[in-house]
Amino acid sequence: MAVPLDEAVGQLVHDGDTVALEGFTHLIPVAAGHEIIRQGLRDLTLVRMTPDIVYDQLIGAGCARRLVFSWGGNPGVGSLHRFRDAVTHSWPVPLEIEEHSHAGMANRYVAGASGLPFAVLRGYSGTDLIGNNPHIKTITCPFTGQELAAVPALNPDVTVIHAQRADAAGNVQLWGITGIQKEAAMAADRVLVTVEELVDELEPVPGQVILPARVVDAVSVVPGGAAPSYAHGYYERDNSAYRDWDAVGRDREAFGAWLAELTGPTGSDAPSTSDPEPVGKGA
Amino acid sequence: MTTLTWTSDEIMTVTAARSLRDGMSCFVGIGLPSTAANVASRTHAPDLWMIYESGTLGASPDHLPLSIGDGILADTADTVVSVPEVFNYWLQAGRIDVGFLGAAQIDRYGNINTTVIGDYADPKVRLPGAGGAPEIAASCREVIVIMRHGRRAFVEKVDFVTSVGHGAGPGDRERLGLTGAGPVRVITDLGVLEPDPVTRELTLVGVHPGVEVADVREATGWDLRVAEDPRRTPEPTGAELSVLRSLTGAARP
Repeated sequence: MAVPLDEAVGQLVHDGDTVALEGFTHLIPVAAGHEIIRQGLRDLTLVRMTPDIVYDQLIGAGCARRLVFSWGGNPGVGSLHRFRDAVTHSWPVPLEIEEHSHAGMANRYVAGASGLPFAVLRGYSGTDLIGNNPHIKTITCPFTGQELAAVPALNPDVTVIHAQRADAAGNVQLWGITGIQKEAAMAADRVLVTVEELVDELEPVPGQVILPARVVDAVSVVPGGAAPSYAHGYYERDNSAYRDWDAVGRDREAFGAWLAELTGPTGSDAPSTSDPEPVGKGA
Repeated sequence: MTTLTWTSDEIMTVTAARSLRDGMSCFVGIGLPSTAANVASRTHAPDLWMIYESGTLGASPDHLPLSIGDGILADTADTVVSVPEVFNYWLQAGRIDVGFLGAAQIDRYGNINTTVIGDYADPKVRLPGAGGAPEIAASCREVIVIMRHGRRAFVEKVDFVTSVGHGAGPGDRERLGLTGAGPVRVITDLGVLEPDPVTRELTLVGVHPGVEVADVREATGWDLRVAEDPRRTPEPTGAELSVLRSLTGAARP
């Protein structure tokens, strides 16, 4: 089941797909995002509750045609400047946006995972999000007559997440802040999981989420694959990398240099995806 | 005896911290709200129950997190729940006493904009967007806003209503089906504003030491109403300042 990341992305992600890379601050699948950039994928509808620097990079690299999201920023630092540049100047390509609140996005994934066409929530009432997003409507409760918000299910073609561990059969284990990953995976047609390590047996961990192998299409072993976000129990969030991104993201030229380094033949952070040996804690 | 000195940001944060009562459940946004909540929990409100939208319930970080999902929040939480659970079971179901928000723009009726400056379709400045704020503003029993004062931030009408305050005035929250009381206080680096009980218009009820009412009116983009006898904010105590500085110092790179 474990395949190198470049093969997994090549098999599962195609031009024009709707792709969700999820991970709520924790376990962000950054290495997989970089592989999507390296493979030059185009016209993607990128979905993510909290697009942060890896989405800034995907947008700046021209991979996205559309972004579906609820909060786009560099947490604790400021704005995403590639995202801003795409929205306000169509650079490098125009970016359509569809924006929700966190509660709306979370419920859209729940509906998608549940096989329902839409979700109901108490939200959006009185906001300008409604008039600017045709995917937010109101519905009357058939029992109480209350007016509630309705949002369509989210069913990505591909969901990509990062987890701490998987076993040889492809069962996946994650813990700490597990965010929206279970719902995003269960809502998708295809699921790619990068993991810190492969283990013989998934020893239980408090607060864990297990994704059974039957809902996972590919597992790639990518130690450090969530950096500069973090993997609980493995490594800490690299806050300085988030601060440092601000200067790179602000400037098209600096970003271009960053991109050339990532995609060049000697790409500095090319993950060691050809290494099938589990690496990490306990290895 | 030496005279304490403090900055306008420090008195804003300390004043916001004092607005939180011990034992409250508090939905905390990152930045100034998180700093203020952490000051409160280390001073007069040791049992403040801090919730971050990453799903960490009852977090008690030993330093300020940079993001709403730093590992320190999960490590110190009573429990960590999924994102749908924090928004549906906790926030939407009405289990949160106070929501603590920041804003890029706020208007006369406490409506909040964190989405765009300018026209939505062709914005002058694209801001991060809604995040958890619309439902925090809708469903928390009460909302406290903390932001720096200025004419570009305190505007007659926000460019985009990301989160509803008091709508266009009395009765709007009820009409919209919003279950919480909305913004009950706006704390800035100059003073404190509260909605008028009848008109719901934000009214200046307090000014910080060294600030004149005219300064606040000058920094507000509408004809700001002023309470009959605005309170003078008590100065930060040495203990409050020392807690605050230990937190912000620790968060510095």
